[in-house]
Amino acid sequence: MADMSDYIIDDRPDPLEMPEIACGAMAKSKPFVAKPDHQQPLGFPGELLPDWKERAIDKMGELLGKYRSLQVYLDSCVKCGACTDKCHYFLGTGDPNNMPVARQDLLRKVYRRYFTFSGKYMPWLVGAQDLTEEVLDDWYSYFHQCSQCRRCSVFCPYGIDTAEVSMAAREIMDSVGKGQKYCNEIIGKVFKVGNNLGLPKGAIRSTLEGLEEEIKEETGLDVRMPLDEKGAEVLLVTPSADLFAEPHIQGLMGYAKVFHEAGVTWTLSSYASEAANFGMFIGSYENMRDVSLRIRKAALDLGVKRIVFGECGHAWRVAYSFLNTLAGPFDFLDPRYPVPQHICEFTYDLMKDNKLVFDKSKNDQYRLTFHDSCNVARGSRMGDMPGGQFEIPRAILRASCNHFFDMAPETIKEQTFCCGGGGGLLTDDLMELRVKGAQPRMRALQQVREDHGVTHMAAICAICKAQFTKVMPKYGFEMDSILSVHQMVANAIVLTGSTQARELAEKMNAAAGNGRAA
Amino acid sequence: MAYVINGTEVEHDEEGYLTDINQWNPELALEIAKGQQLEMNDERWEVVNFLRNYYDEYQVAPAIRVLTKALAKTMGPEKSSNKYLYELFPYGPAKQACMIAGLPKPTGCV
Repeated sequence: MADMSDYIIDDRPDPLEMPEIACGAMAKSKPFVAKPDHQQPLGFPGELLPDWKERAIDKMGELLGKYRSLQVYLDSCVKCGACTDKCHYFLGTGDPNNMPVARQDLLRKVYRRYFTFSGKYMPWLVGAQDLTEEVLDDWYSYFHQCSQCRRCSVFCPYGIDTAEVSMAAREIMDSVGKGQKYCNEIIGKVFKVGNNLGLPKGAIRSTLEGLEEEIKEETGLDVRMPLDEKGAEVLLVTPSADLFAEPHIQGLMGYAKVFHEAGVTWTLSSYASEAANFGMFIGSYENMRDVSLRIRKAALDLGVKRIVFGECGHAWRVAYSFLNTLAGPFDFLDPRYPVPQHICEFTYDLMKDNKLVFDKSKNDQYRLTFHDSCNVARGSRMGDMPGGQFEIPRAILRASCNHFFDMAPETIKEQTFCCGGGGGLLTDDLMELRVKGAQPRMRALQQVREDHGVTHMAAICAICKAQFTKVMPKYGFEMDSILSVHQMVANAIVLTGSTQARELAEKMNAAAGNGRAA
Repeated sequence: MAYVINGTEVEHDEEGYLTDINQWNPELALEIAKGQQLEMNDERWEVVNFLRNYYDEYQVAPAIRVLTKALAKTMGPEKSSNKYLYELFPYGPAKQACMIAGLPKPTGCV
């Protein structure tokens, strides 16, 4: 089913290669606009208001007052050009409006017109421009071509963060009634059902029971996957995709095995059955807080002592960087553990204490690389050392797999490329953008395939996993070449008392026997 | 935006998902599938019927793994992979099969 289309290039392609400039190439790329039903539950007007211009300018003023950073970002750009070739969407599309500086300028020119002295009186001198329908149209198009991955900000000498500019633009558009269907419909579902997918409690329970049976067949053990269990030590907050999609669900089975082996009781919550927080993507503090407060309420209701997050990139940014201010204080949790903790930290800590046994040979069919997800790489950290968010997932993969190879250094860690579907763009109506935006990452993967025979890539983000499943076939990879990190753990972990433990013991005895015979 | 079945209009959204899932019927499924350049054979009906029954019980589409395990029971283990489902529904079993089954589109990081 792999669609061997035009995107595959036979000669060794450079992930960082500057594209040919194609003015306006992506001007028509626009996601579906939210309907009133999607807008109103989030507190936004149902449709574009007659006085939208005045309201948009007022909202911009409000945001400038609230977020000093936004004004600094809009004021401080000196057009040095360092960011121009750093965006995956620019590299993939060649549309100059996808150069981060040009994207910022779409907002900056309106800011100058209404909020700066020179823009008010001499707009022609400073590139200031009135807010018009055409400008709004450009905003809608190009602020939905930024995945808020922050790669450009790594290279900006002033530290301008295009993600913040993009979030502000989306919030202004929401506030005048022009929201994006994908994000806003999903946030509405979280408020109504508890998760992005709209999985009710019964469906979650039934899925978990099926997975418990599967693990029992495989290991011979009763590895539990509890839901709404009061008094559990850990509340696991994970993306609902972990209960639905492939390869996400294999990751969830990995978390369950790790909790089991650690002897730590845990539970999912049907009320807070979502780690993702699309409130961040639309720049809405209020919505982001309301989604976060569900986690607090679930933790209190269930009486847990710790909160652990599953594999979800932006959720970890919200959790690590903002959860305490959004929904804290978490003084009711056990102070001996970080609040919150990442499942990778949880697994890594057990590894360090020699509490986990892995049979790496179970993953010998994989030659593996790791995709750093943008929000984990550039918006958070793990563990107690700088760069822990890079080293901990790699340490887990190396412990569970014999063949691990990194991609080119300029495409990983803090310089990682977005999968092409982050920031609320993982929607079918943006498929052309998603395929093109994946190009730098796919080229880096093609290189490491050539150099080391890499067959698979692992990730710790539900969006990345879904995006790669969809776009990999366009670049000559099978759709199942993308794996969950805890899927590798699930394959290799040898649970105490399991069928695998007996097999391993027999194997070692046989090897020892052979050794003596020789 | 609507499908037309025997002169009756059945409304759908921008992508082809029914606005009112109660308006679904097997004839409409054929029409939706045609729009997706898919012909409904026994295997595709098996998936669509499973989705509808699951939805009746749980008010949501099943996880891919739940679907593949169910298919393994009824159609044999060789037809129980995500890959096989993609052969049946090239645009993705969850999304395309849901559309034909008249169910809402699964949303989120999928």
